[in-house]
Amino acid sequence: MRKVAVVGVGQTKFSGAQEKTSVELFAESAMDALSEANLKPKDIQALFLGNCLGDFTEGQGMVQAFAADNIGAFGIPANRYDGACASASMAIRDAFHWVASGFYDVVLAGGVERAATMGTSLATRTFAMFSDSRYEYPCGITFPGVFALLAHLYSAKYGIPLAKLKEQMAITSVQSHRYGMLNPKAHFHKEITMEMALGSLMVAQPLQLYDCCPFSDGAAAVVLTSEEKAKKLTNQLVYIIGVGQASSGPLANQQEYLPRLRAREISSKQAYEMAGLTPQDIDVCELHDCFSIASLIAAESLGFFDFGQAGEAWEKGEAAIGGKIAVNPSGGLKAKGHPIGATGAAQVYEIVRQLRGECGERQVEGAKIGMTDTLGGDGGTLCNLILQRG
Amino acid sequence: MEYKLTFKEYNEALKKNKLLGLKCNSCAAITVPPKMVCRKCASPDMDIVELSGKGKIETFTTVYVAAEGREVEAPYIIVLVELDEGPWIMGNLIDIDPSRVTMELIGRRVKMGHKVFCGDKYSAGDGARPLFSFET
Repeated sequence: MRKVAVVGVGQTKFSGAQEKTSVELFAESAMDALSEANLKPKDIQALFLGNCLGDFTEGQGMVQAFAADNIGAFGIPANRYDGACASASMAIRDAFHWVASGFYDVVLAGGVERAATMGTSLATRTFAMFSDSRYEYPCGITFPGVFALLAHLYSAKYGIPLAKLKEQMAITSVQSHRYGMLNPKAHFHKEITMEMALGSLMVAQPLQLYDCCPFSDGAAAVVLTSEEKAKKLTNQLVYIIGVGQASSGPLANQQEYLPRLRAREISSKQAYEMAGLTPQDIDVCELHDCFSIASLIAAESLGFFDFGQAGEAWEKGEAAIGGKIAVNPSGGLKAKGHPIGATGAAQVYEIVRQLRGECGERQVEGAKIGMTDTLGGDGGTLCNLILQRG
Repeated sequence: MEYKLTFKEYNEALKKNKLLGLKCNSCAAITVPPKMVCRKCASPDMDIVELSGKGKIETFTTVYVAAEGREVEAPYIIVLVELDEGPWIMGNLIDIDPSRVTMELIGRRVKMGHKVFCGDKYSAGDGARPLFSFET
C-alpha cells in the first residue's frame, strides 16, 4: 500500500437554511480544494460523496453524478455514501483505500447536506430514520432521544449525579462556542454561558437546546493523491496514516457496551493500529459532539480520558487548546455546525489546516498528528481517520 | 433460507400484547427484537418463544421535540428495559407524568402492554411497540 496525501481542502461557511442547492454548495467547496491542490476537475479520477437526505431535502437523489458533471469531472465514476453523520468520513476512507492500493492517483471526496433547509419538523423525522424504523421509531425515538438515553445511563453507570453531569456537559458546549468565534467557517459566531445552557429549552430529558448541535447547510471537499503525485503538487504535505470503520445494530442490541459505543472502539483501534500510534500521540482531535454528552463518550472511547472521567477533564481544561488534547478547535458540530453528509470532510478540513499551521487564533501549537471521529445513528456507523504532517 | 420471525409476525403478536422472541438452539440466548440469527452467537438455528414482557428500566428519556406528524404525542417517555429473559428492548412508559421523570426510574420493575404507531408516508405501514407500566 502506498502513502496517501491530502493535497487540497475546501469548505463552505456552514449556516442555517440558505438557498444554494446541494450541487452548488459541493461545487464551491470542491473547486476550492482543487485550486489549493493545483489540479483541474479533469484530473479527478473518481468522486466519493457523502449525502444522507438530499432526496427529502430537495427531491435530489444520486447527487454525486450531478456534482461530478457540474464541476467538469465528466464521466468519472461517482459514489454516494450514507452512514448518517459519518457519510463523508466513509467517503474519505474509501478514497484512501483506492489511492493506497494504486488503482487511482487522484480522488475527490467529501460531502454536502442541507439539513437546516428541511426545517426542524422534517429534519427530526428524517434523522430518526437512522434509528431502527421497525423496532425503535414506533416508540417515537429521535436523534436527541438516543443520546438522552445514553446520558442517563452514563450518569448511573459512573455514579456522577445528573446535575453535576449536566454542568460537565454544558462546559463542552461553552468551549465549542468559544472556539467557533475564531472560525470564519462556523455556523455560529456567538458565545454562550453555562447559565444559558442550563436554562434553555428541554429537547429530550436531560438534553437542552445548547446540548444539541444545530441543523446546518454546508459542504466540504478534500483531494487525495498518492505521495509521489503530492510531492509534485505542493510543499505542504499531510498524509492519512490510519483509518478505521465499524458498524452496529440498534441501541438495544448494544446492551453489553452502553453507554460506550462499541463500533467506535473497533474503528479507532483499527486506525491506531494502522498508524502505529496510541491515543497519547494525538495532538488534536475533531470528534463527534452531536450532543454534549457525545463529546464525553467519544473522548473516553478514543482513549483520551478514562471512562467516567471525561467531564472532569473538560472542567480542568484538559480538552482545550493548550490542554492534554485539543478537542474540536473548529467549534465542533456544536458551533461550527453539522450538515450531516458533509461533517466528516469538514473535520478533515480542520485537521489538515491545523497540521499545516494555518488556523490562526485557534491554532494548536506544533500540531503534528490529528484525528477525526464521526458517528452515524445509534452508533450504527463509526469512522476514524488519523492524519500526520509530512 | 427462510426468515424465522418476521417483523410482520412480531408486530401482529405485539398488537395482542404478546411479546415474541427467538431462543437459540446453539447457545440458549433469547433474541428480541427478532433477527435472522442469534444476537450472541449468530446461529440461524432458533425457535420462536413467547416472552413475559416483564423486566426493569435501564434508562429513560422524555421527548419534548417530536418528529413531523407526531407532535400530538409529546411529551412522551422512552425507556430501554432489560427483560427478565436477558435482552434489552426499547418501548414507551406510562403511569408517570412525563415531566416528572427522575433517575429513580432506573431499576423500577415494569410489565408490558402495547401501543400502535399508525405509520406515516415513510414507514411502509404501522408498527406496534411495547408500552410499559409499573409492575406493582
